[in-house]
Amino acid sequence: MKRGWNWPIWIGFILAFGGLFSYEWLVQFPLTRDFPWANLLIFAIGAALLFFGLFRAFGSPQRYRGKVFGSILAAVALLLFAFFSYEIFYVLRQVPLSAQAPRLGEKAPEFSLADQNGKTVSLADLLSPNGVVLIFYRGYW
Amino acid sequence: MRSFQKHLSEFESRGVHLAAISVDSSEVSARQCRKMGYTFTFLSDHDRDVIRRYDVLHRGAGPKGEDIARPAEFYIDAGGMVRWVNLTENIAVRARPEEALRAIDASE
Repeated sequence: MKRGWNWPIWIGFILAFGGLFSYEWLVQFPLTRDFPWANLLIFAIGAALLFFGLFRAFGSPQRYRGKVFGSILAAVALLLFAFFSYEIFYVLRQVPLSAQAPRLGEKAPEFSLADQNGKTVSLADLLSPNGVVLIFYRGYW
Repeated sequence: MRSFQKHLSEFESRGVHLAAISVDSSEVSARQCRKMGYTFTFLSDHDRDVIRRYDVLHRGAGPKGEDIARPAEFYIDAGGMVRWVNLTENIAVRARPEEALRAIDASE
């Protein structure tokens, strides 16, 4: 008898990929920006499908395929999830302490820098009439 | 940046400027502003001089291991006094313009 296609393994594997690569896209939206719950949900659904598929492959090998390739895909999916977790829960949190940054009530250090049009702008230029919000950012290089 | 641009008029109506600072050159910033439609000030701190003075340098964090600025936001009032500081512990989590606006309103 020809054994059936074990679709949960494939869909689960595709979801594991989706969980990783949708991060760049999902991070643009306020709802999914600060905590990657949507990515974790995609990974969770993928994991459930992979488990289900492997369960079928090992439980009824005469009916379903996937003992070998299912195990391989599940291992790759696990690696993708490990990489995602490492980036999100470790790398993104490696921010310097900035213990010497200006504090509340302190005078902000003066500076003057070129703006996007090449014009020199100093902190003093930015203060009137009601101050300035300085946004330090990583840059686009 | 996008969200600050969206709320720019609310900062303007309070008489508050917005100025973004990074290690990007003026040319890179100009290109980025054109592409994204940013109309506030982008300052180029190529020497990391101001970034160091504000202690917001992130060593080796650039794509080729260069030193760049970590995300950080300050509201400085008309007298040059720091009135609000936001130092995130997660690069992906930045200050929202609403927080800055609340801080501005609270320090009137």
